[in-house]
Amino acid sequence: MEWIVPFILTVITASTPLLLAATGELVTEKSGVLNLGVEGMMLVGAIAGFAVTASSGSATLGILAAVVAGTLMSLIFAFLTLTLMANQVATGLALTIFGVGFSALVGSGFVGFAIEPLPGLSIPGISAIPIVGPILFGQDFLVYLSIAAVIGVGWFLAKSRAGLVLKAVGDSHHSAHAIGYSVIKIRYLATMFGGAMAGLGGAYLSLSYTPMWAENMTAGRGWIALALVVFATWRPGRLVAGAYMFGLISVMQLHAQGAGIHVPSQFMSMLPYLATVIVLVIISSDRAKIRLNAPACIGQAFRAAQ
Amino acid sequence: MNASLVKRTLAAVAAVGALATGMGAAQAEDVKVGFVYVGPIGDHGWSYRHDIGRQAIEAELGDAASTSYVESVPEGADAERVIRQMAQTGHNLIFTTSFGYMNPTEKVAKQFPNVKFEHATGYKRADNLSTYAARFYEGRYVAGVIAGKMTKSNVVGYVGSFPIPEVVRGINSFMMGAWSVNPDVEVKVVWANTWYDPGKEGDAAKALIDQGADIMVQHTDSPAPLQVAENRGVLGFGQASDMIKFAPKAQLTAIVDNWDSYYVARAKAVADGTWESMDTWGGIDTGMVEMAPYTNMPDDVKALAEETAAKIASGEFHPFTGPIYDQAGELRVAEGEVADDGMLLGMDWYIQGIDAELPK
Repeated sequence: MEWIVPFILTVITASTPLLLAATGELVTEKSGVLNLGVEGMMLVGAIAGFAVTASSGSATLGILAAVVAGTLMSLIFAFLTLTLMANQVATGLALTIFGVGFSALVGSGFVGFAIEPLPGLSIPGISAIPIVGPILFGQDFLVYLSIAAVIGVGWFLAKSRAGLVLKAVGDSHHSAHAIGYSVIKIRYLATMFGGAMAGLGGAYLSLSYTPMWAENMTAGRGWIALALVVFATWRPGRLVAGAYMFGLISVMQLHAQGAGIHVPSQFMSMLPYLATVIVLVIISSDRAKIRLNAPACIGQAFRAAQ
Repeated sequence: MNASLVKRTLAAVAAVGALATGMGAAQAEDVKVGFVYVGPIGDHGWSYRHDIGRQAIEAELGDAASTSYVESVPEGADAERVIRQMAQTGHNLIFTTSFGYMNPTEKVAKQFPNVKFEHATGYKRADNLSTYAARFYEGRYVAGVIAGKMTKSNVVGYVGSFPIPEVVRGINSFMMGAWSVNPDVEVKVVWANTWYDPGKEGDAAKALIDQGADIMVQHTDSPAPLQVAENRGVLGFGQASDMIKFAPKAQLTAIVDNWDSYYVARAKAVADGTWESMDTWGGIDTGMVEMAPYTNMPDDVKALAEETAAKIASGEFHPFTGPIYDQAGELRVAEGEVADDGMLLGMDWYIQGIDAELPK
């Protein structure tokens, strides 16, 4: 059973970028904004994090740069959809296309650079405990942050007053507006949080997961993050389960192949999407139960004067 | 999936844009060479190496030639449009550098009999359409010899892309090289089902190392598997280009695609009117397949690798020399004979001794 620890470690690294990006998108969507630009924001975060780390030698600055870059990307989206009231779906797709091209342009000078991966936590004595040590106390900063963020978001949405306001905006923007909340401002903030988290997800890819820059290195993970939010029916707890299930399945099929167990790898790659489709079907059929969590105003533009 | 749709749309838009700018600068010159790439030139692998070849034409022929390229062109209807556009804008030599461009290239070649076309890795030829490819399996045999000498666990991890003949041939050749020096070597193959997804390629490498592999071989395009080898303290081989920067302690050598001399020769042939349609499948001897410097190995292994490469280059030795049996025990190549190119190009079976099932 000596493979079990490295196996779990691989699952954690495969799940973390998804969890980071999906946590941000969950908050964005809870406020009633559908930002399909996650893939593009992740890529811009990935190149920003990598470029700054490679140039300055400081991973901390790199992570901060990724947060700023992701936030700026989301601000473009917010300005177009919230201020100018452009269509959110079209704008989100455009943001992804822009992000793919822009990151490739900026990154062309960084192809072939090598950097040190993010260091893992190392507590003398504790990180060396068999099994528990490396899994719980040997991860890098962004892994702990992904867990902390999802717990924080869970608490924020369920227990805090600000979280209730955010949900109110997402469920009925006219009512929220009528009782005096600034719908646009709240949505701006939620969208920026989504951008910052997507930037972090990208930075995890380029700084820790595969410490390098390569064009389009997210390879569709932004879309998976979007699917996970729906799969989780907008609940942070299920989001963790979904992200880790996805990581588990994708790593498990690689291990199974190496061990000579013949599972069609295409089938395994398909499973998470299949699960998402099934959840979507349930959402559409069982209004009472699951729709409780879905933001009612998602994707709708808000005009104050109506 | 959405991502691929977006990617295609993007590539199509980029292709049209690149054409518009690339063609605008065109001038009347002796040889005007066009290149169509399937990936971005920043992939640090396949398309990157073709673009190095394009630059070699510019450097070698100077003012006598001009070149242009369009990158990230999807294999399909877009490719035909891009190739036709090139033919219409005065290019007299066009290289289409991916297998999937075969039919569009053939179609456009028929419509422009005065333009010379060259298609990489395909098999359809015409009076104005040549084909060319490289015998990468020769490099893989040399890599196999090195791996056989260097492995301590006797387990080699192989990250494959898709089970197509090009990749299967590489696995067979690699293992024959490994067994020639160490009969106890075992290979574990993981199919990533992608040419390019650094995260997934890296995860595949981690899985293989977790299962005991101490040598990492890849037939996917990103440096991620080699980088994982570096971080986990095992050895590995670079793919398509020299990846030593990603793995200074792990890379043993890399099988480098080198199209420079071929591209220069073909451009010169057009310039002096000696271009003829032909089929080129070049190996180590022509320089198309190049081994990156041998590193992280003792001198005797290095000497053996150099000797093996030299023997293959001189034609003294062919990696696919019989007797070769397939997994079912059927004799495919008789003793003393070598596999013909037809068999190599269509290879969809593992040789005897590989303990894995080839996905269908």
